[in-house]
Order: sequence, then C-alpha cells, then structure tokens
Amino acid sequence: MALPVAFFGVFFAYPVAAILARGLKVDGVWQFGRIADVLGQSDIRHVLWFTTWQALASTALTLLVALPGAYVFARYDFPGKQVLRAVVTVPFVLPTVVVGTAFMALVGRRGLLDELWGLRLDTTVWAILLAHVFFNYAVVVRTVGGLWAQLDPRQEEAARMLGASRWRAWRTVTLPALGPAVAAATLMVFLFTFTSFGVVQILGGPTFSTLEVEIYRQTSEIFDLSTAAVLTLIQFAAVGAILALHAWTVRRRESALRLVDAAQTARRPRGAGQWTLLAGVLVTIAVLLVLPLAVLVQRSFGAADFAYYRELTSDESGIFLVPPIDAIGNSLSYAVVATAIAVLVGGLAAAALTRRDAGRFVRGFDALLMLPLGVSAVTVGFGFLIALDEPPLDLRASWILVPLAQALVGVPFVVRTMLPVLRAVDQRLREAAAVLGASPWRVWREVDLPLVRRALLIAAGFAFAVSLGEFGATVFIARPDNPTLPVAVARLLGRPGELNYGQAMALSTILMVVCAVALLVLERLRTDRTGEF
Amino acid sequence: MLLSLENATVRFGGQAVLDAVDLSVAEHEVVCVLGPSGSGKSTLLRAVAGLQPLDAGRVSLDGHDQRGIPAHRRGVGLMFQDHQLFPQRDVGGNVAFGMRMHGASKAEQAARVKELLDLVGLPGAPGRAVGSLSGGEQQRVALARALAPRPRLLMLDEPLGQLDRSLRERLVVELRELFSELGTTVLAVTHDQGEAFALADRVVVMRDGRIAQTGTPLEVWQRPADEFVARFLGFDNVIAATVAGEAAATRWGKLPVPEGTPEGPRTLLVRPAGVRLVAADQGLRCTVAARTFKGTHVAVHLQPEDAPRLEAACALREAPEVGDEVGVEFDATEIVVLDRAE
Repeated sequence: MALPVAFFGVFFAYPVAAILARGLKVDGVWQFGRIADVLGQSDIRHVLWFTTWQALASTALTLLVALPGAYVFARYDFPGKQVLRAVVTVPFVLPTVVVGTAFMALVGRRGLLDELWGLRLDTTVWAILLAHVFFNYAVVVRTVGGLWAQLDPRQEEAARMLGASRWRAWRTVTLPALGPAVAAATLMVFLFTFTSFGVVQILGGPTFSTLEVEIYRQTSEIFDLSTAAVLTLIQFAAVGAILALHAWTVRRRESALRLVDAAQTARRPRGAGQWTLLAGVLVTIAVLLVLPLAVLVQRSFGAADFAYYRELTSDESGIFLVPPIDAIGNSLSYAVVATAIAVLVGGLAAAALTRRDAGRFVRGFDALLMLPLGVSAVTVGFGFLIALDEPPLDLRASWILVPLAQALVGVPFVVRTMLPVLRAVDQRLREAAAVLGASPWRVWREVDLPLVRRALLIAAGFAFAVSLGEFGATVFIARPDNPTLPVAVARLLGRPGELNYGQAMALSTILMVVCAVALLVLERLRTDRTGEF
Repeated sequence: MLLSLENATVRFGGQAVLDAVDLSVAEHEVVCVLGPSGSGKSTLLRAVAGLQPLDAGRVSLDGHDQRGIPAHRRGVGLMFQDHQLFPQRDVGGNVAFGMRMHGASKAEQAARVKELLDLVGLPGAPGRAVGSLSGGEQQRVALARALAPRPRLLMLDEPLGQLDRSLRERLVVELRELFSELGTTVLAVTHDQGEAFALADRVVVMRDGRIAQTGTPLEVWQRPADEFVARFLGFDNVIAATVAGEAAATRWGKLPVPEGTPEGPRTLLVRPAGVRLVAADQGLRCTVAARTFKGTHVAVHLQPEDAPRLEAACALREAPEVGDEVGVEFDATEIVVLDRAE
C-alpha cells in the first residue's frame, strides 16, 4: 500500500498541485474568486455543457454497439477470433490525433465518403461520436467480455430450469454478475470521452470544444494559466463526482463470482439467430473499426515506391534531431518500462484493496487511483516539468520521466481490470492457504496470482497499449532527440506539405502494426497459460 | 491440554456468536462439536485457526496464548466445509502445498504426498486435476492436504457434510480408524449427530454460541442435559411434569420416574423405546397419526385425546395401522429427568 500511495503522491498529486498553484496563487494567496469569474463566462459554460452531453451520448452509443460484441467474444468460438480481438484493440492504442486524422480521411472534406457519395460528417457532432465509439469499443469488449467469458454458464441454466426465460435468466443472473464490469467499462468510456482531447481538437473544429481542449488552448495558445487552472479544477471536481458515484454502485453490486476457464464457455454459434448476431458484430467491426484504419493505411501508401516510408529513415527533414523511425525504439522501450511500473504499482494497489480488513481510507484510495484518467494529461505533463525540476527529484533530464507519466495513466487500467477478478476469488481459498502455513504475501503469490494471471496479462496489455499511445503528457516531456511515435506523428501532422502528411500516415501505420503484433503475442500467451488449468 | 479456550467470545454486530466458551482438547483426543447451523461452531474453529479474532477471552495451544499469532504460524490444520481445493493445482500440488510453505524439500514432499494419498485411499492420484475428482475423492484430498504438514491439531468443518449417505458412513469409520492409528488430535464440528457419535471420544453440544453439554457420546445420548439437547438429538417425547415420590404427574398421565428423583416441577424425556403399546382399553388412549419405517423399527406417532403427540418405537410386525386406537404404558428405565442439575 505504501508504494502506490507514494507513487501517486510524488508523480501525480504534487505536479498537479504545483501547476494549480502556479495558476491560482498570486503573491502567496490563493485566488479562488477566479473560479466564479471563469464560470460566469458564457462560452466556458457552453464548453461544459457540450463536454457533458457528448460524453453521455458517446458512452451510450459505445455500450449499444459494443455490448453485443462483448457477448460474441465471450461466448462464441469462431475462426480468427484471437486476431480479431487484437484488431479491435488497436484503435484504442492509437494516438488520439491519429484517430482524428483517420476519421478526417474517412468522413471529412475530400474524405472517402465525400468522394463516394458527397457525404461529410466533420461539421457535425456525429464524427466525434463515431470516433469515440471507434476508440472505446475495445474497452467494453475487453472489460465486460473478459469477465463474461469466465462466468459459469450453468448459473444461467439453473435459472432457466427454475422457469426463467432465456432473456429473464440473462437479466437476473448474468447481468447482475456482469454489473461491476459493465460499470467499470461505462466509467472508463465516460471518462475518456469527457476528457477527450485529440479527437475533438481535430474533428470538432471551431464549433465543438471539450474542457480538455479548452485547457490545452488556454495553456499553450493563450498562456492564461489562471483560467486553465480553474478549468482543471472543474474537470477534477466533475471526475471526482463520477468516480464517487461509480465507487458507490460498484460496492453495492460486487459479490463473489464462480469463475471458470474461459475456453470452456465459448462454443460455435448455433442457429440462424446466433449466426446473424455474429455477422452483425463482424460487420460493425469492419465498418466502424477496420475501415478508418484501412483508409489510414491506404493513404500511407499514397505515394509511389513507399516514398513516405523511405522518408522516415532520413534525418534530413529537420523536424527531429534523429530519423523519425527511431521513435519506434523509443516508444517500445518507454512502454515496456511504463508497463512494468504500472503493473507493479497497480498490482500492489489492487491486492491491498482486496484485503477483507481494508479500511475506509483504503477504499477511498480505490477511487483516487482513477483520478489520473480524469485529470487533464496536459496538466500532468506540464506539471511534471515545473514540479520535478529540483533535487532530490530533478528528473527533467532523465529518460524515466516519460515512462513515469505513461505509467500514471496505465495504473488505473491495471487496478480496474484486476480488482473485479481479485474480489471474485473466494476468501476461503486464501484462508485454506493461510492455515496451511502461507504468509499473507505467499497467499497472494500462491492463490491469487495464478487465478488472476489472465486478468494480469490483460491489464499489462492495456497498460502497454496506453503507454504506447499516450500523447497529452508525453508531448510536454519527451525530449526532442527521443520522440515517441505519437509525438512524432503529431509533429509531422503539424507541418504543412504532402510529404509530412504521408510520413505521419506511414508512422501511424507502423504504430498500428507494432500494437497489433504486441497484442497478438499477448493473446497467444494468454491461451498457453490458461491451458494449464 | 493441547488446546484450551477460556471465555472465548466473538461478536458480529453486537450479537455474540461465540459466548464465553470454555473448552479444552487433550492430546490424541477426538472432540466433536455438535450443534444446529448458526450455533457458532464454525466460528469456534475459525477462532482457533486464527482466521477470526476474539472479542474477549483467549485461545491457547500447548499452554501458549495465541493472541496476535496469525493463522499461518499456529501450526493447526483446518479442513474446510466445501474442501476449498486450489483449482489451479493438481492433487499432488494441493497435498504438497502445506509442506512447501514450511520449506520441505522436493523429495520429502513427493514422499509424503505418496504416503498420504495411499493413506486416504487414492494411490497414484497426484497428477489428477482437482476438477476431475468426485465429492468423496475431493474430501480425501482435502484431508490429505490438511494432514500433510503434520499439524498439532486437526480441525474439520462439517467433514462429510456434502457426501451421500453410504459414502459418509464408510468414511466416518475410515476417519475414526485413521485418527486412532495416527494419534491425531482432532476438533471437528458437525450438525449430524450420527457423525459426531461415530467419530468422537467426546461430544460438545452447542447452542446459540454457548456450550449446552459435554460428555462421551454415550453420556450425551443417555442423559441429555436439557430439553434443547434432547430435541436436537431427535427425542421429541419431552413433557413438563410434577414429581412426587416415584411418580410424576404429566399431561400423559402418571409416569414412573427413577428412584431418588428430586420432587417438584421437572422436565421429563421418554425415549420412544419406553413407550409400550397395549390394548386400547388400558393406559393412555391414543390414535395412531402416522408411522414411518426406520429400517430396524417403525416409529409410530400417537395422538392422545388431550395431550401432546408421542413417538413410540416398535417392531414392524407389531406396528399398528394409521387410525388404529391403542393404549400406551410407560417404561421407567427409558425415562430421563432432563433438568436434574437444579
């Protein structure tokens, strides 16, 4: 417990507090009057309103589209399932700017739909909503589907034998068991869309702006740190309220579940209805997830002889001190370190939160762990720069700064993924081990760890993916000679000219492939391990 | 004493689940705690194991107070009600677990696993997955796992609870033989009196977190301490009486009582074997309300005209039909005065 608390204190609370102080403290006195001033502005109120309703709409739409997908992945067995599972996760790890660009290429001016049917969505909110679904589909499929696959189908059969219809059995047995996972997924999607940055900035144009975009604008374009600080506080408060609500619902619903091996619960679809459902899900994935990626890849090959790719290896462009291709190595090594940190910190925190005797303070920490997801990444990144620059914590020049910031965003994923499964482990199994002479640490290693290995791998995958795609904070702290892939893409996109645009597309394609490969390895690992029991 | 509890008390939300319990178990003794569900018997085991802290009193092992000693350092074994085998390990991995925790070498572990699996009648099973075991096999593996680290005290929570009857009866004999052979000190809890009587040197009957009676199976069976124990053991012929001399006035008429019974208001138990059926014009007049076949005898439920029901045990050939009118007489040797302590 001490390590996670220290980690969050030093690398999250302290930098954020530092930047808030920079914005709101004048001559040592907090200027809280600024909050009322900022809230009084009608354009700020408009931003708040838009942020909220687009997040609600995006979340509802994502659940609607992705829950059937979660079911199909959990319960049906079909060829290519593993590859597809990795494919749907790819969008999630793409940098938000790339997602925005991919959708621009699909539904924007001179985009694919415009060329085909003259259809443009980039001036409407639909582009943002669709991009959010694209982005968050995997969150629902992996969080909900992961647990769903391990629920014992016999529970539902028992309900059916007691006279419940298929639908009723699902509603009264499976749905409550899935409750915590659905709540967790909903919360994540809502948080991501509420704090959406890259997507809205590119697709929203001047009309639509979220809080996070506004914070970025105030910080780096208008240099109004004071307004940015107020907006950060507002976002902080809103996110805190959502998390409190979430903690409350989860605590009411959590119960010990009977988990079984996922491989035993999936079977081939039977009958026209099930095949139709499977086909529907596959078509949805093709149109919503694969098509934007395909357009992205197609544009990256837009020039003859792989010109965009060949250009990546040259260091003539002057945008970076190194060839853009070096960003791949940087990104991978940063992501590996960030994943290790996130799994260690998140695993310890999840284990501490599972203890029966966890007190009020510890349970409160559960919600606090989620805050890094909600607090503006821009604020965190900028906060790192101004807070961690003095001994003993002068990390500005150290490479570890980037993985630390990325791990911060990864930890909540690890905790969120591990916690439902850890809490579902039967307490008496732990007691059985204790009576046989296992110390608490050994109990965790011998009982919990083998049972949650799957969840741990999924968590590590998530942490790896978000580290790879993290942009908001990294853009502030990555050194010019060591850019990460998303940072390199963003810089290239920011430059005019066909060649830079093409290189951005090419680099995004590489990032996409790297992620897909990493995820495929993970999927493979996962089946091998689960074969053990 | 190997184990002694003094004034052991556990409260859940203000309610005492374990209420000032005093209990001791000597080395090599097999003690069985018997009680209905909710009487606090599982909590008793958990308190001894160190899984449930005491609110008052103390638990001592070998004379050492166990306060503050965590479960994994107490050196006691606990077999859980539903076994709680580790699903991700095979049979051998389960049995070896405790020895591994105590740092035994691989060779020692393998030897002991083999020895124990032979002992519980599952030779050659170490490689099997626990998911493939039947209920009885799981029970044996759980027992082997609990015995493996050689605990100074072995505790069993409803050891045969979920098994079918014939298997239960066979295993009870096996367990009894095993424990006397190994000299294991055992504290078991069960709600099944047959199991308790077959297994134990000494039976402790619990009610609402308190000890209602302690004694050998024979003592408890012959002389239940009070109405609760009598009814829990399945005796339903319990009635209020006023003793005067060698007879007691009850709603079933005058009953003979053993010599030396103190006079005054008492509660009497009449064993079914002490209810003799006679011709309808003699003794207490009853109607046969029901009869159930019990294998060795028939239990006949009798309804007197103006008194509580009675149960009689009689041989199959002599059992009356439902609706018959019969007379009842009582046998002094089968009558027990329940609240004799007063």
